[in-house]
Amino acid sequence: MPSPPAFEKDAEEKAKRAPDSGAFDEQTPEAGSDPLEDAYYDYLCRLGDDALVLGQRLGEWCGHAPVLEVDLSLANLALDLIGQATLALGHANNGDGDELAFHRDVLDFRNCLLVEQPNGDFARTIARQLLFSTWQHILYRELTESPDKFLREFAAKAVKEVAYHRELASEWTIRLGDGTEESARRMAEGLDWCWRFIPELFEVDEDLEEMIARQTVPDPRGFEAEYYAAIEDVLGQAALAIPADQRPILGGRRGHHSEHLGHLLAAMQYLPRTYPDATW
Amino acid sequence: MSDGHDWPLWEVFVRAKGGLSHRHVGSVHAPDPKLALAHARDTYTRRQEGVSLWVVKSTDIVASDPADAGELFEPAADKVYRHPTFYDIPDEVKHI
Repeated sequence: MPSPPAFEKDAEEKAKRAPDSGAFDEQTPEAGSDPLEDAYYDYLCRLGDDALVLGQRLGEWCGHAPVLEVDLSLANLALDLIGQATLALGHANNGDGDELAFHRDVLDFRNCLLVEQPNGDFARTIARQLLFSTWQHILYRELTESPDKFLREFAAKAVKEVAYHRELASEWTIRLGDGTEESARRMAEGLDWCWRFIPELFEVDEDLEEMIARQTVPDPRGFEAEYYAAIEDVLGQAALAIPADQRPILGGRRGHHSEHLGHLLAAMQYLPRTYPDATW
Repeated sequence: MSDGHDWPLWEVFVRAKGGLSHRHVGSVHAPDPKLALAHARDTYTRRQEGVSLWVVKSTDIVASDPADAGELFEPAADKVYRHPTFYDIPDEVKHI
């Protein structure tokens, strides 16, 4: 499997020395010089922030999951996602993904609202995972065809990880939905909580439009029907009803987040901000 | 955390790479075969330990009784001629 290009320490110096005609060189992105560069940066932040925030959320289960085996499963998903975030945010920021992860404030985060929602009980965590991983898996699958080298190679690596996330979330949804009276009730409540955040996954704003127009990334509306069919299939196997449509809540992609994200970031960013030189 | 006491125990076997046998590495609790595989994967192959997994319900394993060890195993002790030590194994044969 091809791996993404390694970050070169002197990339910034190289960029300064590069001739002006190299403005489109993918090693030396200059934000602001081209609307696509802004859109591209924004797209990487969306990919990276989705993975980072959900990874952090899943990490909160560490030591608290219903059984030891599930504890390990959730931590594994979290580590996959944080690895993806490291790649995407690193590529967005000349190799320094940590700066974006730990030194941006809540308004600068571009993740969708679904991933920042609190874990709730195990069923709600699984509902969130099912709804997100199914979307992310289809998106990554499409991104493996991107003409952009980074996105193509990123997706080729990550699509396998997320295929497992989707599979695991589907299996748990089926077991909880088709389990006891209590597990079915909790699973239905979890889906109900998360359902209003689905439309945001298929929203296309100006930045995304720009990327789609250049055929660099897929239009999510192109796989919306496939997405809903897949979710309905899992819910059918789980003997769960499709939740009623709710008023969609949007805005995460533009930095309008729920109050939950601030608390998550406070926990995540505290250490590197308080002890900037800490290593381990 | 509860210990998943209402879930059956599954024995986990991992094949480290092609050509090797599956080896017993431990056990997991899981409600059914599919999740037993998932739990085995998440517990025992996180560091590229394997290319193939088997899980077997612990209760499906028929085990010898330690009390019978004498009659089962000790008679083999003085039969050195059963060991294939009287010829050289070629270096190319790795796993024998």
